[in-house]
Amino acid sequence: MSLCVFKADLHLHTCLSPCGELEMTPMKIVERCRREKLDTVAVSDHNSAKNVAGVSAAAGDEGPRILAGMEVSTAEEVHILALFDRAAEVLTLQDTVYNHLLPGRNDDELFGMQVVANENDEVEYFEYRLLIGGTTLTVEEVVGHIHALNGLAVASHVDRGSYSLISQLGFIPEGLALDALEVSPRGDLEEVKKLPGAADFPLIRSSDAHRLDDIGRVWTEWTVAEMTTAEMRLALKNQEGRKVVSRMKTA
Amino acid sequence: MMKLADIVEKLKLSVEAAAGKLDAEVENGYVSDMLSDVIANSRKGDLWLTLQVHENTVAVATLKELAGIVIIGGKQPADQTREKAEKEGVPLLASDLSAYELAGRLYNLGVGRKG
Repeated sequence: MSLCVFKADLHLHTCLSPCGELEMTPMKIVERCRREKLDTVAVSDHNSAKNVAGVSAAAGDEGPRILAGMEVSTAEEVHILALFDRAAEVLTLQDTVYNHLLPGRNDDELFGMQVVANENDEVEYFEYRLLIGGTTLTVEEVVGHIHALNGLAVASHVDRGSYSLISQLGFIPEGLALDALEVSPRGDLEEVKKLPGAADFPLIRSSDAHRLDDIGRVWTEWTVAEMTTAEMRLALKNQEGRKVVSRMKTA
Repeated sequence: MMKLADIVEKLKLSVEAAAGKLDAEVENGYVSDMLSDVIANSRKGDLWLTLQVHENTVAVATLKELAGIVIIGGKQPADQTREKAEKEGVPLLASDLSAYELAGRLYNLGVGRKG
């Protein structure tokens, strides 16, 4: 199989995330991703994957390729990004996450609406689980569940002062089997490499977009045969000619 | 200053690990659930109140030479945390009280009280 370079942004929120703008609907996201020439993106809402289907359908055969993702909040309030090839895998993770969500009902006024939308940008229904709250799953448990489903486990925005592995747990726990660390758009790659325990991990850059204009600010270029988690795992290990390079727009 | 053993007795803390290390002097208290903040701002001799039960707490307490860790709110430390605390000799304590109430009681005992 020949290798190609794929432009990817593997951390997008949609209108399902309470903090995501309502403009983050399937059609609009797909349109913006095409304009930014992204080959692959991941839909990764907080503690839910219910908009993976809508965005995937909106992308259709024309693309971009949609990875089935979720950003899980752990008991320590660390955000862990889960990336899968198939919707079925993320929906299995969603069952586990829903079983461990802290109780409560979302308040649209306080936290924002949680909209499940279809490929025509029509509202299917509102999710009322409290997605903004955490789960009772530890970081180790979350990474374990992701790997059991063949997914990639990435520590979200490790450079940030809140909800990151470093902010909550001070340093990367020994033996935590993460596949990569994610650097946020404003993060400095060289500084991240100096974080305690970070030198052993590959870095990727993603937008963590909560609104349309965030899409395409930063991305990661993957040299792989195809954008599957198996190929991406090779790239993160720098094996068989596969590799990753982080990029950002220069003003 | 007060001995950790006295605090354990007065506030009825349960001792989860390193029971032989309760002769430490507690100079002050610190309450935080973000370990990055504890690394940055706690001081040697502080008794640290937290709801985090992850084993990284032990490494932070060792690094910062804290007097001990108190897990608040009736939470149970993870097994690895207990084992690590035992191995590193970091007193690991627990209380059913909230951080607010426990900190208040510590202050009333004179821990960290100025003047």
